[in-house]
Amino acid sequence: MPNMDGTNKVGAFGEFIKGFWKENPILVMLLGMCPTLAVTTSAINGLTMGLAVLFVLTGSSLIVSVVRNIVPKQVRIPTFIVIIATFVTMVDLFLKAFLLDLSKALGPFIPLIVVNCIILGRAEAFASKNTVWRSLLDAIGVSLGFTVTLVFLGGIREILGMKTFFGKSVLGEGFDPWVIMLLPPGAFITLGFMLGAKNLIDRKMKEKKKE
Amino acid sequence: MNRRLKMILILTLFASVSGGILSLVYLFSSPLIEANLLEERNKSIFEVVPAAKEYEEKILDDITYFECKDESGTIVGIALPTQGNGYQGIIKLMVGLTPDLDRIMGIKVLEQVETPGLGGRISEEGFQAQFRDIATKPAVEYVKNQEPEKDTEIKAITGATISSRSVVAIINKNIQRLGDVIQ
Repeated sequence: MPNMDGTNKVGAFGEFIKGFWKENPILVMLLGMCPTLAVTTSAINGLTMGLAVLFVLTGSSLIVSVVRNIVPKQVRIPTFIVIIATFVTMVDLFLKAFLLDLSKALGPFIPLIVVNCIILGRAEAFASKNTVWRSLLDAIGVSLGFTVTLVFLGGIREILGMKTFFGKSVLGEGFDPWVIMLLPPGAFITLGFMLGAKNLIDRKMKEKKKE
Repeated sequence: MNRRLKMILILTLFASVSGGILSLVYLFSSPLIEANLLEERNKSIFEVVPAAKEYEEKILDDITYFECKDESGTIVGIALPTQGNGYQGIIKLMVGLTPDLDRIMGIKVLEQVETPGLGGRISEEGFQAQFRDIATKPAVEYVKNQEPEKDTEIKAITGATISSRSVVAIINKNIQRLGDVIQ
């Protein structure tokens, strides 16, 4: 909520924590859906993508905020893209050099982080208009919220689709895995349920407050 | 400062710094990436010639290939690293052949930049498995929208004819080249 002078009323902790629930990039802002659905075939894939986004979003928000007063408005978007693409390329090369299996599992979705709306969205909507410290908090909070959601979604799909969680066997013998969970329909269905659940919880919390 | 000049300067500055940073990162990471790719390539030799227990690199007339032997030292197959143009870029694949080059024992796509979900499916087990135990003479061929009938035929990926066709062309061309120098 903005004050009269345009600055945010939310304190530092609020800036950080909002990325987890109130302004969760996937469940509330509905941004970055493509990689969300595509890479969450397992918990570890979701975690890797989340951490890659953490690095890119934090790095680019930091730089964007630092240079926000020297970049002319008309060329801000190309400048942001150059900054974001630099960080994404660093992540891509890092994975190819040190974590080749994860690089292959995530495939084209690592380079595609450049066009992940969350990154450009936060740069434009927040980092270009706020102090470095607030931008850092915003970026880390939103990225961690993204990561947690991805791990959750990936976890559900992995447990129901492969009976493992982070590679470890769970659920035992009596359960036949739902292979559909590993395919696009499973992604959409699970995400749909997660969205519904969040909205339900929000509504219940609002009702409780009214009492 | 003139607004237009400032825009040009700022963008140029950012692009240059970005280019510089990435060149450095690339400098440090590319030896590691190369090493990874080499390891992948060497692993693939055992995948395309399953009976192989060891291999020996041989170079004849500019062509590198791997003579694969089992425990007793008998040659069980030849692993041929190949590459050629795909739809979007270079495709690198390892071909496992019988010692007389008459049959393919298996292939493994090592690198490709084809369209994900379409041409990219040449890396899938389903596509590569088709190449197990097919004949190479007169040439490997592909068919579309029907099941392969001849011993030399494989089925192209629906919607990815060019990528499938490229794989077949690369295989044929390189087997031909190898055959010319070995026999």
